[in-house]
Amino acid sequence: MGAEFVMLSLVPILIGVLAAVACALPGNFLVLRRQALIGDAISHVVLPGIVVGFLLSGTVSSWAMMAGAAGAAVVAVLLIELIRRLGRIEPGAAMGVAFTSMFAFGVLLLEQSDTSSVHLDVQHALYGNLESLIWVEARGWGSLLDPVALAGLPPELPRIAIVAALMLVFTVVFWRPLKISTFDEGFARVLGMRTNLIGFALVIMAAVAAVAAFDAVGSIIVIAMFICPPAAARLMTNRLEHQVLWSVAFAIFSAVVGYVAAGYGPLWLGADDAVSAAGMIATVSGLVLAIAALYAPHRHRSGAPADG
Amino acid sequence: MSLRMPFGRGEEVAAAPLAELSDKPLAVRGLTVSYGQKPAVFSLDMTIEDGSMTAIIGPNGAGKSTTLKAVLGIVPRLSGVVTVYGRPLAKSRRRIAYVPQRASVDWDFPTRVIDVVLMGLARELGLLRRVNAGHRQRAFDCLDRVGMRDFADRQIGQLSGGQQQRVFLARALAQGADLYLLDEPFAGVDAATERAIIDVLKTLKAEGRTVVAVHHDLSTVRDYFDHVMMINVHKVAEGPVAEAFTEEHLQSAYGGRLAANLMDQLQLGGH
Amino acid sequence: MLLEALTLQLGYNATLVAIGAALLGIAAGAAGTFLFLRKRALVSDAISHSTLPGVGLAFLVMAALGGDGRHLAGLMLGAALTAGAGLLAMHWLTRHTRLAEDAAIGAVLSVFFGFGVVLLTVIQTVSIGRPAGLADFLLGATAGMLFGDAVLIAVAGALAVLAVWTLRRPMTLVAFDAGFAAASGIDVRRVDLAMMGLVMAVTIIGLKVVGLVLIVALLIIPPVAARFWSDRSDRVLGIAGVFGGLSGFIGAAVSATAPALPTGPIIVLTAFALFTLSMLFAPGRGLLVGWLRHHRQQRRIHLRQGLLAIAQDLPIYERYTLNLLVRAGLARPDGVPTELGRLRAAKACRDESRWAIARRMHSHEATVSRYDGLRPIEMVLTEDEIREIDRQLAEAGEGCA
Repeated sequence: MGAEFVMLSLVPILIGVLAAVACALPGNFLVLRRQALIGDAISHVVLPGIVVGFLLSGTVSSWAMMAGAAGAAVVAVLLIELIRRLGRIEPGAAMGVAFTSMFAFGVLLLEQSDTSSVHLDVQHALYGNLESLIWVEARGWGSLLDPVALAGLPPELPRIAIVAALMLVFTVVFWRPLKISTFDEGFARVLGMRTNLIGFALVIMAAVAAVAAFDAVGSIIVIAMFICPPAAARLMTNRLEHQVLWSVAFAIFSAVVGYVAAGYGPLWLGADDAVSAAGMIATVSGLVLAIAALYAPHRHRSGAPADG
Repeated sequence: MSLRMPFGRGEEVAAAPLAELSDKPLAVRGLTVSYGQKPAVFSLDMTIEDGSMTAIIGPNGAGKSTTLKAVLGIVPRLSGVVTVYGRPLAKSRRRIAYVPQRASVDWDFPTRVIDVVLMGLARELGLLRRVNAGHRQRAFDCLDRVGMRDFADRQIGQLSGGQQQRVFLARALAQGADLYLLDEPFAGVDAATERAIIDVLKTLKAEGRTVVAVHHDLSTVRDYFDHVMMINVHKVAEGPVAEAFTEEHLQSAYGGRLAANLMDQLQLGGH
Repeated sequence: MLLEALTLQLGYNATLVAIGAALLGIAAGAAGTFLFLRKRALVSDAISHSTLPGVGLAFLVMAALGGDGRHLAGLMLGAALTAGAGLLAMHWLTRHTRLAEDAAIGAVLSVFFGFGVVLLTVIQTVSIGRPAGLADFLLGATAGMLFGDAVLIAVAGALAVLAVWTLRRPMTLVAFDAGFAAASGIDVRRVDLAMMGLVMAVTIIGLKVVGLVLIVALLIIPPVAARFWSDRSDRVLGIAGVFGGLSGFIGAAVSATAPALPTGPIIVLTAFALFTLSMLFAPGRGLLVGWLRHHRQQRRIHLRQGLLAIAQDLPIYERYTLNLLVRAGLARPDGVPTELGRLRAAKACRDESRWAIARRMHSHEATVSRYDGLRPIEMVLTEDEIREIDRQLAEAGEGCA
């Protein structure tokens, strides 16, 4: 499975892995901050974002759509904060109002505008099209060193690689403020940290990861990768440093195993066609979480006595 | 120079502009905080003397914790000026250490005791400086002072309430500040912890540092503190314990909620 | 056309759908209120997304048995089964592990949905029956709905409203204060279960009309909008029902007028419009009223503090305070008070001393505890009471000159 693997599967697997890692990194902090569902909210508003991006730019260029999606994510975050703070509505409900309304707006816009000529539909937004990101120029493992072949790589790969690197840098550089403000916001403020700014930066980073990942793999993996690997990792350890490493490992595992199971599983079972890779990756991440919830060493809440 | 305050907002307060209070660890003028329509703290003036140990007391819902949080900029204030050693709060953060209420954080957070204490060094460490043996040693020393050194590698969720409170105090010690602000440090802790905490606080005072604590146990005010700030939304009294911690002021702050026999137990001086 | 739609003149099917959507909206608004007041609004998101594998499985089973895979009642049954499984998984995760509810919701939502997507692709590849109709469950579609399906939705909607009506008392009690409800003999667990059952029922009835992504909106937005109008849970419940019903009816009717106006999004955007109006303009908790109130309070507090400072010859520390005093003609820009300023300051100072005395008098405890620190004392206490306070004030030798 040399040349065929490199041409058909290597790039999708790499993209899946990078997307999963890019989402899992900020996901750790979102889960600890009880903001896990912000990923859910953001990935829903990506749809109106790309539709608006398309309508404004008039092209199907990825950059226009990604800019639209990023803009929509920022709008959604601001809208949620507005409803939560000014309206004094609990965060879950505020998210529910914001993302469903924006999603509805996106669907309506899509139906109203003439987008039938372009590949832009709700299904695509939800489950992406990981399988189609093949490396046509590849002739085998040697192509990894061939500049001509490398130039033919799907543009999604370098894009998601840059975003994954960005997430890594963000996590490392802002590790201390992120950790302290997540654990004890009041104390962080007394230290002089701009906790609102840190919280906002985290959500924006999550939005960037979601948009980039969505572009390649659809929003369903995005939600799963924000939550499942960090949640499973939380059950493995009691140290944040280790939790983040575990979450990255789980994310990579889910992406690889999910992709392989979707692409080759049905063939091994005797069926003709592959099933949705995005859906399978989400399913595998769920299985990982289920196993962690059943057997992981630190799955129970620490049983500290309330007093004494 | 002092001026008699005519409306029960307190005893005597220097009527000086803030600049003249520059040596005071903490000066607050006209602090008002409101969560809804009714102010939680109304037009509060407060001056903390250098080297003092001050208890902020008052009934439940009197705005004690709110006062502390508003002073530190954790909750927004509707009005008021705060200076710390004569300078605005933002410029004197390194001189302040803060011990929040124990219940204000998620103790299930994945971290160890030593990591929490190291958070006290965050300003010094900045974004990327690595924790070295020296930092670690200082954190251990702080844990030593609260008797928690043996617990350094424990997950914080495995501690008892008293132990959690000691870890918070150790983190504040690591900040190496001049002014210590504590929010209900004795709430729900065991007797041994209470003893340990008060010993540390008294040592801080002996070193010339200033301590302010929100406190709810009236029976220990005399033993633990030398100054008291009594509030019930408004300031009721402020000053040395002997002068301000009187039955009249307690009645005024707590209203009928303070039983007569408790008053006897407190063996109040004054009137 | 629009008017005809709103007055139910677009034909039998459209009318049935509009009525069904209205009933569904009422039930969703009411059931959603319970979730919202229990601070669990997004549980509905997990429920709705976990219907997808059920729809897929039911299709596969029905097709394998040789029937029509798109039989609505069968698909709804399948949806109910996996939605229930998702709910159980969520409960299990929060009860038996250290994960918080939001993480459990997100995990169940994404994994069940992901698995549902896998099943949809399986259906496509094994190509039994025509799977085309299944995508409708994502976004809902009422155009071209079968008569039988429309009846099913209308009847199920009516039943859901009936269930809400029967259960409204215990549910309101539990939503408002679970501890109190338990103390007064209500089985909170069973009520919670009934509540979840209702939410599930609404979700499943709504699948075909609004779709699984947007049914959540019908459960969340009306209660949140209603919350701005009242602090009483029974009123929030009623208003949410009305908002939900209106959204459902208007949305379904409007969308019947044109094929490019999909039902689900129109219903949701109608609800969102109601929400926006409520958040901005509702009396009580609305933003406009709140903003005006906040600024008025801040102004009054600064003025009062400025006057008190004048009365004691203290400097005015805050620029905003001084500006207000200057604008009201109470002080000059350099901080020196005007004649009027001194007069008002003396009055403010006297009132403040009076309150200090009143706080010490037990007879006024209730009044004092309600006092916002700003209203003139004459508005709160009677003349006699003030006279008594002034007497004590003179006795204590305190007060302003």
